[in-house]
Amino acid sequence: MREISILIGGEAGDGTKLTGKLIGKILNRMGYSVFIYDDYQSLIRGGHNFSIIRAKDKNVKIHQNDIDILIALNQETIDFHKKHLKKGGIIIYDSSNIESQKGIGIKMLEKVQKLGFPKVLRNAIALGALCKILGIDFKILEKVIKENLETYQKENIKLAKFGFEEPEKKFELNKLSAKPKILLTGNEAIALGATKAGLEMYIAYPMTPATSILHFLAKYKDEFGIQVVQPENEIAGILMVEGVVYAGKRAMIGTSGGGFALMTEALSLAGMAELPILIVLSQRAAPSTGVPTYTMQGDLLFAINAGHGEFQRIVVAPGEAEQAFYLAGELLNLVWKFQVPGILVSDKHLSESTFSVSLNVEKINKTSPKLFKGKKGYKRYLLTKDGISPLAFPGQKNVITKATSYEHDEYGLTTEKPDEIVRMIDKRKRKKDAIIKEMKKRETVKIGGKKNSEKVLITWGSNIGAVEEVANNLGYKVIQPLYLEPFPIWAIEKELKGTKTIIDIETNSEGQLATILKCHGINVDKTILKYDARPFTPKELEKEL
Amino acid sequence: MKEKIELKDLNTYAEKTWCPGCGNFSIEIATKLAILELINEGFAKKEEFVLLSGIGCHAKIVDYINLNSFYSIHGRVIPPATGIKLANPKLKIIGFEGDGDAYNEGISHLIWAAKKNTDITLIVHDNRVFALTTGQYTATSPKGFKGGSTPKGTFEKPFNPIELMLASGATFVARGYAARQGHLKELIKRAICHRGFSFIDVLQPCVSFFNTYEFYNQRVYELEEKNHDVRDFERALKLARKWDYSSCDTKIPIGVFYQTQKPTFEELYQQKSISEKEKIQNLKKILEKLR
Repeated sequence: MREISILIGGEAGDGTKLTGKLIGKILNRMGYSVFIYDDYQSLIRGGHNFSIIRAKDKNVKIHQNDIDILIALNQETIDFHKKHLKKGGIIIYDSSNIESQKGIGIKMLEKVQKLGFPKVLRNAIALGALCKILGIDFKILEKVIKENLETYQKENIKLAKFGFEEPEKKFELNKLSAKPKILLTGNEAIALGATKAGLEMYIAYPMTPATSILHFLAKYKDEFGIQVVQPENEIAGILMVEGVVYAGKRAMIGTSGGGFALMTEALSLAGMAELPILIVLSQRAAPSTGVPTYTMQGDLLFAINAGHGEFQRIVVAPGEAEQAFYLAGELLNLVWKFQVPGILVSDKHLSESTFSVSLNVEKINKTSPKLFKGKKGYKRYLLTKDGISPLAFPGQKNVITKATSYEHDEYGLTTEKPDEIVRMIDKRKRKKDAIIKEMKKRETVKIGGKKNSEKVLITWGSNIGAVEEVANNLGYKVIQPLYLEPFPIWAIEKELKGTKTIIDIETNSEGQLATILKCHGINVDKTILKYDARPFTPKELEKEL
Repeated sequence: MKEKIELKDLNTYAEKTWCPGCGNFSIEIATKLAILELINEGFAKKEEFVLLSGIGCHAKIVDYINLNSFYSIHGRVIPPATGIKLANPKLKIIGFEGDGDAYNEGISHLIWAAKKNTDITLIVHDNRVFALTTGQYTATSPKGFKGGSTPKGTFEKPFNPIELMLASGATFVARGYAARQGHLKELIKRAICHRGFSFIDVLQPCVSFFNTYEFYNQRVYELEEKNHDVRDFERALKLARKWDYSSCDTKIPIGVFYQTQKPTFEELYQQKSISEKEKIQNLKKILEKLR
């Protein structure tokens, strides 16, 4: 077998998400590339949650809905997902609480209760049964349990053995020679990329789907030497970040659309005061509270235009975990280089899905911003050719550094004089040219699929997994802008030369990337938009093309 | 070696645009004198001071003092002040806010700063009116205050900021009066020297929209003359409740109401820094664990 998809489902609190991750690890150890999609509702107990684990002998960055093995811890898993079971697919279910006409029923709950263990340990029985069916060596499972579960290790292994003895081997999942890759969620990748680029402080108010950055960095703050603070609200959070960067340390904040909306007044402050802040905006299906634990790309134009007044910003949008790692690090360096706010746009699908990645961590290094080296006469907003004024920080001898929300002179004192206003606006505007000059040295647009094809799929963010797979199957070229502001029109125009059909693919209802393209004189021939708060799968997308 | 500076070293070239007779002049001078003395006494260096302000008449103060400053937006002085202190605990942070900043727009930050005991000083220029927007009621305007938005007088009773701060856990709670400049200077010095969240509500007459000079002159008295024990929380609370920011039939105490010691936010959140090499080793180790 070269590819397998497993779905595990249960109620919230049944532990299916962790088990999904462990299944991913097991398949990873078998040498497969893994993608895990977690689908969960905004509740703590009850409901129906599931994870789809897709493993392939080639790079995989998206799940499919067609399932080879269904593991059911609740009745809904069978009722809802049975229709997706492939011919010859297998159901493993807990026959203590589920009824099914076919499949392998094991009395998991009964067994666990008989032994007096917590209910959630029945996952180990399911894992054991799965490994047996796939012909996976029990030692691999044992190792994964030992390395990943801190409590009830012995009990879990005992239950896994019980599960392993129950069914017969049905598939032969070949062990591949590839070394297991790193399994990373998009949010973890963002946290690690920023860490490598010298992040010193992370400040965030919890909000799905950005929260796991906060949890990840709080967990490893001592290992990374990063201060992690939960402020009283999002407005306090972004302004704390602005205080931190004014004082000379690198700081980042993460949130979703609602929190970002609260931050917009302070975003303008960062533009005016030229504060190098980095915001991670992980989109949920909105407007307003929307569908908080599901995905959509409704905030692209918002990220580009948020805040009152005109000011420069840099917006990037990675599509998978490797891109998230590099772009987070790159953006942190760039906001310091150009002293502008930066926004990394993610979404639930990228932030919370798990990817197999190979990272070259040496590729991201902290680069030094332009610093004041003089002895006296420091001017925070010194007029320069490229608009970038040297930085100095409070506490530095012979320096007075004045940051301000008001229009100001070079020293940072308030001005209302027409000529000074124009001079300062022009100075800030010059930074756009400097940023574009820098961007032209970098990969701002990712090209994939069949590179010489006349048919183009253009997309952004987390759709890339599905789009690339379809493009490879059907012979399309893929254009994915990694930078959305400044918009790398030079690179896109170059890639569009000689092509005939442009199809725009987004998970929103209005085609926001298509709108941006139109502003730059590029009309797409067709848009494929999905806004049921679920990501595209390759099969769904193929149907639309 | 102690640094010696003069008052003129703290001046900027900015033209002052406060109304003649405004209480802000006095707060500015008291602040400059307090900082000048602290620098000359060797408490801190000039470059170690950072001033912040919100938006309103008060806020211009940072343009008029030649020290590091962060001229923030309305109601948002405490969060950047907290960020600066977290980033560099050596700095002495002094925030200025109007009553509109501190008690209207940014009241959540105020309560949280007291709760956290963030090691910053907050001086509220409490003129009890929105002045720069030409006279509307604020959180501390007296009941019945007539302004552009309440021509028949506001129906709301004001907050009592002293009582609010005591209830929220502030470790230094004081009230000053702009027209008692010497007393105010001493308060500011004590506040800056206090480790933890220091709060001063400064009664500040607004000559254009709420001229309270006469009102305060008749009622204000200094707690320092009454042998008030600043460690006595219950007594502080009682004193705070003496005047409710509305009534006219009572004396108004100024001075330090309450002072105590608690660990500060920055101390509790101190992050051990590690070397770049160690960080990268740890990062690689964690990545290995994620296989």
